[in-house]
Order: sequence, then structure tokens, then C-alpha cells
Amino acid sequence: MAKVVLPLDAARAFANGEQHLDVDAADVRKLIQALDERYPGIGQRLRTRTAVAIDGEIFQEPYLQTIKPNSEVFFLPAIEGG
Amino acid sequence: MSKHHVTTTINGDPTEFLCGTGETLLDALREQLGLTGSKEGCASGDCGACSVMMNGRLVCSCLVLGVEAQGAEIETIEGVAEGENLHPLQKHFLKEAALQCGICTPGFIVAAKALLERNPNPTETEARYWLAGNLCRCTGYDKIIRAVMNAAAEMRGA
Amino acid sequence: MGNEEKQQSEISKGKYRVVGTRPIRPDGVDKVTGRATFGADFKPADMIYGRVVRSPHAHAVIKSINIEKALKVPGVKAIVTGKDFPDIGPGDIAAGEVVVSFYDMARNVIARDKVLYDGHAVAAVAATSPEAAAQAADLVEVEYKVLKPVMSARDAMAAGAPLLHDDMITQGVTPAPEKPSNVAHRHELKLGDIEAGFAEADEIIELEFNTQTVHQGYIEPHACVASMNADGVANVWCSSQGQFMVRAYTAKLCGLEISKVKVIPAEIGGGFGGKTVVYLEPLAVMLAKKAGRPVKMVMTRDEVLRATGPTSGGFGRCKLGAKKDGTITAADVELTYEAGAFAGSPVALGCMTGTASYDLANMRAVGWDVVVNRPKAAAYRAPGAPVAAFVVESTIDAMADKLGLDPLEMRLKNAAKEGTKAPYGPRFPRIGFVECLEAAKAHPHWTAPLGPNQGRGIAAGFWFNIGLSSSAAIALNEDGTVIVTEGNPDIGGSRASMAMMAAEVLGVEYERVKPLVADTESVPYSDLTGGSRVTFATGMAVTQAAQDLVKQLRERAAKIWDVDPDQVEWRDGQAVAIETDKHKPLSIADIGRMAGKTGGPLSGKANINAQGAGAGFGVHICDVEVDPETGYVSVKRYTAIQDVGTAIHPSYVEGQLQGGAAQGIGWALNEEYIYDKDGRMQNTGFLDYRMPVASDLPMIDTVLVEVPNPTHPFGVRGVGEVPIVPPLAAVANAVSHAIGKRCTDLPLSPPRLLAKIQGKG
Repeated sequence: MAKVVLPLDAARAFANGEQHLDVDAADVRKLIQALDERYPGIGQRLRTRTAVAIDGEIFQEPYLQTIKPNSEVFFLPAIEGG
Repeated sequence: MSKHHVTTTINGDPTEFLCGTGETLLDALREQLGLTGSKEGCASGDCGACSVMMNGRLVCSCLVLGVEAQGAEIETIEGVAEGENLHPLQKHFLKEAALQCGICTPGFIVAAKALLERNPNPTETEARYWLAGNLCRCTGYDKIIRAVMNAAAEMRGA
Repeated sequence: MGNEEKQQSEISKGKYRVVGTRPIRPDGVDKVTGRATFGADFKPADMIYGRVVRSPHAHAVIKSINIEKALKVPGVKAIVTGKDFPDIGPGDIAAGEVVVSFYDMARNVIARDKVLYDGHAVAAVAATSPEAAAQAADLVEVEYKVLKPVMSARDAMAAGAPLLHDDMITQGVTPAPEKPSNVAHRHELKLGDIEAGFAEADEIIELEFNTQTVHQGYIEPHACVASMNADGVANVWCSSQGQFMVRAYTAKLCGLEISKVKVIPAEIGGGFGGKTVVYLEPLAVMLAKKAGRPVKMVMTRDEVLRATGPTSGGFGRCKLGAKKDGTITAADVELTYEAGAFAGSPVALGCMTGTASYDLANMRAVGWDVVVNRPKAAAYRAPGAPVAAFVVESTIDAMADKLGLDPLEMRLKNAAKEGTKAPYGPRFPRIGFVECLEAAKAHPHWTAPLGPNQGRGIAAGFWFNIGLSSSAAIALNEDGTVIVTEGNPDIGGSRASMAMMAAEVLGVEYERVKPLVADTESVPYSDLTGGSRVTFATGMAVTQAAQDLVKQLRERAAKIWDVDPDQVEWRDGQAVAIETDKHKPLSIADIGRMAGKTGGPLSGKANINAQGAGAGFGVHICDVEVDPETGYVSVKRYTAIQDVGTAIHPSYVEGQLQGGAAQGIGWALNEEYIYDKDGRMQNTGFLDYRMPVASDLPMIDTVLVEVPNPTHPFGVRGVGEVPIVPPLAAVANAVSHAIGKRCTDLPLSPPRLLAKIQGKG
């Protein structure tokens, strides 16, 4: 089970304030699907302007990125640049 | 509105062009003569990107009317190199990486050339004050000043 | 070519042949002779001139627009208003590969029902001369119902403030507010338990800060030429940070398919984030469509300042708890940024970056994104980070003062390192912040004596750096020279870096590699030049394309020698048969010459989404002297230290550090937007919008710390953005030490600072 950390606002709006979750998913796309089944509506929020950090590395377009069983996964605001 | 016929000398060549009464020398150079090396950054004489020499004086061509070029000697960035030989300032700008985007570079080179014609051995402070009328947003001026000082040294034969 | 006299960078010495040297940039001669074609320099046949009609009001309802009189001006060929553009619904939409609110972007490019800032475009005209276009623009009659403007975040958040958007419900707040407001978003991040952290502290400091709107200040105003033929195909020539960005946005805003828009990149005269959006291009395309002729549009400086850029001003607060030994026990940061007329300030990035340089067990950052009647904020170099660093780094400095600690040692004590949990959650991979602090400590600047009225400041800065999509192709010519094709405008010497990386991999001379920044139809999609990503991500693509070509070169040699490709090695630009001396090595030129006979032309390519852009950290040291009688600050000495991974071309890397520092010094000392009570900008030129000039600055010393990024073939980290993060605080900390009072409001312009010195501020 990957350790998933939601953005505070998404946790409050969709997940009863639960920011830290354990989810079983092989990649980011499947992770978002699983979260959306658990908390309907959160998928759209997590697909919009979001980057993902998996075990410390930030992925800007992460959908096919694989997640290891004990990975730490953070959803972050997308990072723009100047 | 009829246009004015202007006879002038640009980079040593006798040149004629037509321009409107209110048209700046910068617009005349760029629009009528295709000399687009002089740039418009502000049109108010603050950025120096349009620097040219007029009768041996450094001017912002955005503050000069096209008709004022009548009978004058104008030198633009296009006339700084001699054929395939770059001016020492141009060589040192390249060597020092004194340009990033390059939009201010023509103005800096024209202005720095004017400085070195007047003062072949400027101090760093003199160079900084002379070039204070030319804005660069990329480099922080460090490498530009180094390029000017190195070109000055080379031209002095130092 | 210059590299014989200048040192190769430390990390590259002995390891690389080309990387780390300082050759002359391939586009250099064009740029020092005035031959390079920038945005405003292109003039196709039959071209006419466009001009934008702009709102004189900061906040007003557009009641009607009458173009009848304007159309009668001789020479006028087309006029467009918001009604000529397709309606795009609210919400985020993908275009190209970017997801943005086109609803807002469409309304920023040309107002529909309301104008939201002084200078907001309401119509555009095109005529056969600039004079006719100006005359017609003056005759476009716009009837406004003027509303009260809201010019600051404080005013915008006040109860009863006029609303810019009457449907704006604050996002990020649960439960969602029922009533609309000017607050677009609330962001929050936290680690640990700040209350517990403050309880452990020996000292607690809380400070408030104010900053002003500033502009990117590129010297080249926005400019473009657009044509549209009767077949509905648009061509756009323009300077921007990304031809594919311009294509995606212009196509969407004009209702065109992407394949119907071709964007040809001009040289770009500075961007710093401000040219990552479109303003003129959709207007020029629609005018060209109506007129049936190419239309050129060039902004004046006044238009650039009133209606493009800038980055957010705003206010912030930082509460910091620390133990006597300097260990930070908790940080509580609140940032409020002005987004301008539409939602989307970089405040979330401010929250993520402000404390990122430090290993904090307990932190919280709250950010408010607030709309005001100013131009919509665009990205500016490390968007959101400089103000956040100003808030946090100033408070750390104040804490060090209070605890009687060396501010550098206090930072070292708390410094983030590999494994530190970043404030936005994940743990840092290998980073070089400690190395930067150590380099600062060892630098003679740090211990040099100071004179009267002088002060020294130090501050750190962090930026994520990004990767994203990049494409590159390398074609082999018949004589062994190569063409590197990429899709990223060269904004500061990146053609040189691309050529150097290709030369390194191919084993050829740098001078035999010609880089080309191609149009949108000559290279696959590439994300824009920004986010410090080009040398990293596009460099990775170029490297992989070169490796792809090397593989093919080996295969050709194998074919010629009739051996297995595994029996061929690529060494110093030649194919060499291993384990035999039967075959004379084949140079890249030999293979190029025989390409036709051995299977056809050769080219390598790579289309990638680069991951693993290593985070960047920097430390700046600044000495100032303050004139106690005028409040004038002069910067006496400045040193910028940064972990750059590997410097491909050290001169251009140093240039990034120096340029970022100079912009930050301007932000700290003089730059600000000034509005009158009606919300009209008062300083719309470079005389009054006071950016640093040569006589304002000393030489800017640089130290390139090289902690290679393990994910890049040459160890590159992005370098362009970090250098603007520390200077606001470095300068403010120096001034604070010089005058003996903590400076919390930027810019530290003479009147403001004099009031502070005299106890009035």
C-alpha cells in the first residue's frame, strides 16, 4: 500500500479532512481512480493543475508514473516557471 | 499629408528617404531603410536600445526626428563592423558572453564605441556612468562592463 | 574561441571535452551586428499595422462599443472587439499540453463585458499606416459605466469591497463560502504541529511585510505579425518564450485547429516569465483574417507596463520560534498575493518555497490569492518565491540578530539536505544547499570589513526547477557537420549549450554543430522556455538525440566493415572497430559522405518528458551603504553563490546568477507600480519605473557550486530562477543592519527608507 498525502484543501473538501491515506495502486492514474471511487469528485480536483511527488521526485505530468507498494506519494500544486 | 524628402549619410553611404513630419529617426531607420538593428525599447530616451551616432554625438534615435537627419552623418549598429571584421567591442561582447537575449546589445555597442572614441581609457566607474542610459535586464551589467574595459584595453594596444 | 583563456569549470575538467568550456554562442555575431530578427523586426509584403484600444478605467462595465466612426478613417482595414472571438466557457481546459482557464485568458486578451484594469484591451484596429491605426483607435467609442476600483489585496478583502467577478467563490475553503468575494483561493501546507513547535522555542519573533507589484522589465516590448489566408491557415511570427505555447493559446482563443496555426519564433528580447502568455497574437490573427492582409502589432512601453506582466505585490507575515542555539522549532507563514484582474497569483508556490531551504519539523504556510484591478500577474522568474523568501529570510535574520548568532551559521544549523522533508511533503534527493552555505562562509566577502553606514546581508533561495516535454533532432550533413533542431527559443545562450552537449556526445568540434530553433511545423511539441528547464530538459533531449545518432553511426560503420555493431565503438568522433586493427577508423565525416550508399541520410531524434529536474539552492551576500540624509542605498558588493549541478557553459550560467541578482536588487530598492486614486498607473515608462542601470550596481561576483544532478546525463540543474529568490531579503537584511532597524516594506526607495531612518515609517 502506497502512503498517499492529499493537499489539505482536497482532504477537507472530499475526504473528511483525512490527509494521509493508504492506497493500493500501480500507477498515478490508477491511484486517482481508486481515490475517486473512495471519495467521489476528488479525481477531478487531483487531475487539475497538480503535480505529484513520488518518493521525493516531482513529476509534472505523472499519469503513467509507476508507484511502488511502499512509495510515498504527495499531490502538489503544478509548478510553473518564469 | 505629404512626406519630407531627406538626404543624409548613413554608415558612410549617401542615403535618401521619405518620412512624415512626426516620424522619428528610429522609425525612419527601421521602417523606411530596413535598418532594424536599432531597437525600440521605450520611445522615450530611457533605455538606449535605439542609440545611434549623429554628427559624432551619441543620441537616442527615438528622440530625433527623421527630418533632422537632413545633411547629417548617421552611424548605426549596422556600420560598426567593417565588412567581415568585427569591431573590438563586438568581439569582446561575444567573448565575455556580455549578451543574453541580445535586444539591448546594438545600443550598448554604439554607446560604448562613443565612449571609447572620447575616452580611450575609462575607469570602470566612468564606463558605468556613460552606459547608465542603456538598460539591460538580463546580465546585471557585469559582463558588459568587462567587455567594454577589455575592448578599450585592446584598442589602446595594452 | 575564448575557451583557451578562461578556465573550464571544476567538475568538467578532465571529464569533458566541450562541456564546461566557454565557446562563442552560435547566434552571437548576428546579435552584436544588429542582424538578428526580433519580434518587431519582421515585415512581410503588403503588411498593415494593428493597434489596441485600451481602457482608461481600472474597473468599469462596457455598455457599448461603436466602431462606425473609426471604420471611416481612410486606410482602416479591420476592427475587432470581444464579440469577434469565440465564447469559451468557464473552467480549466487543456490546449496543447497545458491546462489553463481560457475563459479568463480570453477576457484578458480582449475584454468582453467588463474592463478590469487600466490598459485592458477593448478593441483592436488595423490600418495601412500606424498613424491611421492610431487615429482610428481614438475614434472607437466605448461607453463605460465606471465602477470603484479595488487596488490592493487589503482593500479587496475588506468587507463590502466592490467585486471584480460576481461569481468568484473562494476555493480551498471548506465548507465553500456562500457569497462571492475577491479571494480566489486559499492554500495551506503544513508539517508537524506548529503549536508544539512554538512551545519548545526559547524566542519567538513575528514580523509583517509589504511588497509592491513589479514588472519583468524585458527590454523588448511584445510584438508579432500575423497573416491569415483565405484557406483559414494562420501564420504568426513573434517573439515569445514558446512557439508551441503561442500556437496552443492563439488557436484556442481564435477557435482554430492547432494544425491551422503555424508559429515562427523570432529572437526574443527578454521574457523572464512575462512572455509565457499571449496578448497580441490572437488580436493580430483576427485582424489579419478580417483584413486579408498580414498585420503587425507592437506594444509601446506604456502598454507593456499597463497591460502585461507583472508579478504580484502583496503582504506577508512570518512567526518564527527558535531555540537559543538557533534551531528553528516552528515557522508559521501567511502570504497574500495580488493576482491582478483574474485569479492565479503564484501564492501557492510562495507557500511551497518560502521555508524550503530549511529542515523544519513544524511549519505551516497559508496563502491567499486575491484579485484586484491591476493587470493579471504573469510568471516572473521563480514565480512566487522571491516575496516568500523575503518574508522568511528576513525573519530568520531578525531571529539571528535577537539570539546574537551569526546569520550564516543559523542557516547552516537548519539547512535542508538530502532526505529533509520539504514543506510541500516529499523528501529532497541530493541537493547542494549546505555546499552553498559553506562556499559563502569560505568566501572573502563574508568576512571583509565594512565602513560607516554600511551593512551586510545574507539570504538563501530555493526553486524546484522543472522538466516537461522537449523534442530535438540531429541531422548529419554530408561533410560530417550536424544540425541540431530544437523547439525552445534561445533567451540567454541556450543554442550554445545545446550545441555543446551534442558536440560532447558526438565527439565533434563545437564549431561543427549548428543549432536551430525551429517553427511549430519543423520539430515536435516542446514546452516553453521557462522554469529553468531548457538546458536541463531540452539538453537531455539533445543528448539523447545525439546518442541515437551515434548508435546509427556505429551501425553504418559495422555495415561498411561487415562486422557486428557491437564490434564498433564510438570514440572521439570516430567509429573504431574493437578487437581488430584491420579497419581504419571512420570519422563522422566519412560516414556522412557515404550515407547515401549505406542506407540513406542519418538523423537522431528524441522526444521526451524529462523527469528529475534537480532542485536548486542559492545563497547571496550583499553589502550596502545607506546615505542617512537621503535614504539612498548604494550596493557596494554582491556575491551570488548557487548549486548549478554542472555548468555546461559557465559564462552563461554566471550570467543567469548576475542577471537574477540585478533584477532582485531592483525589486528590493526601487521598482514598484504606482497608481492614482482612480487606479490609473502613473509610472508607465522606464524613467519612473526605475530598473537598475549600470551605475547602480557593482560587479556581481559568482560562485558556481557544482553538485551534479544525478538524473541528467551531464548533471545539469536548472539555474535561471534561483538567482532572483535571495536578493530581496539579502538587500533588506543588509539595509537593516546598516541603519539598525528591521526593514519590512519594499521597495527600499529613498523616501520610504528616509522615513524609516527618521522614525516615521
